[in-house]
Amino acid sequence: MTLLSYLFRRLVGFLAVMIGISIITFGLSHLVPADPAVVAMGDHASNEQIEAFREKYGLNKPVPEQYWIYVTNLLQGDLGISLRTRRPVAEDLRNFFPATFELSLTALILSILIGIPAGVISATARNRLPDHIVRIASLIGGSVPIFWLGLILIGFFYGRLGWLPGGARIDSFIPPPPEVTGLFTVDSLLAGDYKALWSSLHHLFLPALALGYFSTAIIARMMRSSMLEVLNNQYVLAARAKGLNQRTVVWRHAARNALIPTVTTIGVTFGSLLSGAVLTETIFSWPGLGRYATYSATSLDFPAVMGVTLLAALVYTLTNLVVDLGYQWLDPRIRHG
Amino acid sequence: MVETLAAPTQSRRRVWRRSPLTVAGLALIAILALTALSAPLLAPADPLKQVLSSRLDPPSAEHWLGTDQLGRDILSRMIYGSRISLLIGVVVVGLAASVGTFVGLVAGYTGGWLDEALMRLTDVFFAFPALILAMAISGALGPSLTNAMIAIAVVSWPVYARLVRAQVLSLREREFVEAARSLGASGERVVWQHILPNTLAPLLVQASFDMGGAILSAAGLSFIGFGTQPPTAEWGVMISEGRNYIATHSWLSLFPGLAILLTVAAFNLIGDGLRDALDPRLRGTG
Repeated sequence: MTLLSYLFRRLVGFLAVMIGISIITFGLSHLVPADPAVVAMGDHASNEQIEAFREKYGLNKPVPEQYWIYVTNLLQGDLGISLRTRRPVAEDLRNFFPATFELSLTALILSILIGIPAGVISATARNRLPDHIVRIASLIGGSVPIFWLGLILIGFFYGRLGWLPGGARIDSFIPPPPEVTGLFTVDSLLAGDYKALWSSLHHLFLPALALGYFSTAIIARMMRSSMLEVLNNQYVLAARAKGLNQRTVVWRHAARNALIPTVTTIGVTFGSLLSGAVLTETIFSWPGLGRYATYSATSLDFPAVMGVTLLAALVYTLTNLVVDLGYQWLDPRIRHG
Repeated sequence: MVETLAAPTQSRRRVWRRSPLTVAGLALIAILALTALSAPLLAPADPLKQVLSSRLDPPSAEHWLGTDQLGRDILSRMIYGSRISLLIGVVVVGLAASVGTFVGLVAGYTGGWLDEALMRLTDVFFAFPALILAMAISGALGPSLTNAMIAIAVVSWPVYARLVRAQVLSLREREFVEAARSLGASGERVVWQHILPNTLAPLLVQASFDMGGAILSAAGLSFIGFGTQPPTAEWGVMISEGRNYIATHSWLSLFPGLAILLTVAAFNLIGDGLRDALDPRLRGTG
C-alpha cells in the first residue's frame, strides 16, 4: 500500500471518527434532564427569549434536524455560548488552550527525557539495583492518583519548604509576556523577558512533574521491555563482536531500534495527559482547559463541557494520526495493511 | 503418583519464587477484601460520627491515623472507603467486560458490515480521553457514585470488545471450532461453549489492570465532585476534603492516597503476573 492511499484511508477514518464523536457529544447534551433553553437563558428570561433561543439552536425541531443544525454550527466554529462565562465557547477554548498545551507538552517532554534513559538503564542493568529502582518507580507511577501526588508535591515543596510556587502560571507581581503563542515560556523568550521566563518555568515544574509521572512510568516500562528484546538481536551481538564499546552498542544500535514501539506508546500517553490535565489543573489553579471543564461541569454549563470534550477528542485523534505516520517514517519496513 | 502429588506444591513454590510481587499483590487484595467485608467489625469508630472537640487530631494511640476537620476518625473512614473502592472496581469491570465481550463476540463471529460498524464504534470511544468523557457523562447524568460507575464503564468497554474480537478471529479458524461446527453445533453454541472460554485468559489480564484503572478514575471523579458525594467515606472524597490542610495537617489526604496507591499497584502487579504466566515470552520484560 502506498503512503498516499494509506494517508487517504486514515483521513476517511478520521472523518468517520469525528462524526461519531459529534453524535456522542450531541447525545450527551440531550441526556441532561433540564430544558437546555431554560438553563441557557437563566431564570429571568422571558418566554419570547426562551423561544428565540430554541429557534436559533433548533431545539423545537425533530432530533435528526437538531443534530444537523448542531453539526452545521460546529463546522462554522459555533460551539454555543458558555452559560458561566457568557462568552462564545470557541473563544474560551482559544483562550484556555495554550495553558493546557504548555503544561501537557512540558509534561510530555519531561517524561520522554526521564522515561527513555530510565528504560535503557533498567534494561542494561537487568535485575540489578538500578533496574529495581526504575521498576518500582514505574509501578508507583502507573498506580499513583495524579491529584494526590500533586497535593503532596504542593504540601512539601510549597507548603513546607517554600521552594516552588503552589499554583498559577506566573508570579502575580510579574506581568505576563505579550501574547504571541499563548505559551508563557515561549512568549517570554521571544520578548527577551528572562524574569517572566524564569517565573513561568518555576510555576510549570511541579504541575508538569505531577502530570508527567504516569507517562514517564509507561514510557520507561515500554522502553525497558523493547530494549530487552532488541539487546538479544543478532546485530547487537555483531556490534559487540566488532569491538564497539558498551555505550555505542546500547545507545547507537539498540536504543534507536527500541525507540520504535516506544513512539506509539508516547502517542497513547498523550490522551492520558489530557485526562490528567483536568485533575492537575484543578489542584494547581492552572488556568487551562481542564480547570475550565471542571468549573463548567460543576455549574452545569454543557456547551462548555461539550466544547472541551470535542476539542480533546480532536487533539487526541490528530496526535494518534501523527504518531502513526511517525511510526511509518521511523521504520520504513512497516507497511500498513 | 508421587509426581502428581508433588506437582502443585512445586509449582506453587515456583510461582512464589518467580514472581513474589504478584503474590504480594494477591495478598494485598485479599487483605483489602477482608477489610471491606468486615468493616463494621474492624472500624474503631463510626465513619460519619463528628466529634468537634477532637478536630484535626494528629495520629495517636486513640486515633491511629488521626482525625479530619470534623473530628471523624480517619482509619474508620478508610476502612469503610475500601468497600466503595472494591465495589467500583468490580461493578465497572463487570459491566465493561460483559458489554465489551458481547460486542466483541458478535463482531468477530458474524464479521461483515456489523463487525465493521461495531469496530468503528470502538474507534469513536477510543478517541475520547477517558476521564474527560467520563466527566461529561457523569456531569450529564448528575454527580453520584452510580453515575460515576456507569460513566467509567462506558469509556472502558471498547478495549474488551477489541480484545475479544481479535481472539474470536483467530479462534474461529482453529480445528476444534471447525470440529464442533461439523458435528452440527449451532453458531450460538460454538460461540458460548467453544470460543468464549478460550478468550477468558487475556480478558482476565485486562480486567485486573482495569480494576486499578477504574478505582483511580472513580477517585479522580470524586475528587473533582462528580463521583461519590460527601460525607460518604470514600478515598477520593477524603483526599479532596483534606486538600486545604495539606501543608499543615497532611494526614487527612496522605493516608487515603496511600490506600489508593497500594490498591491500584496490587491490581497492576496481579495483571503483570497473569500476563507473564499466560505469555512466558514476556516474563520479566514488563
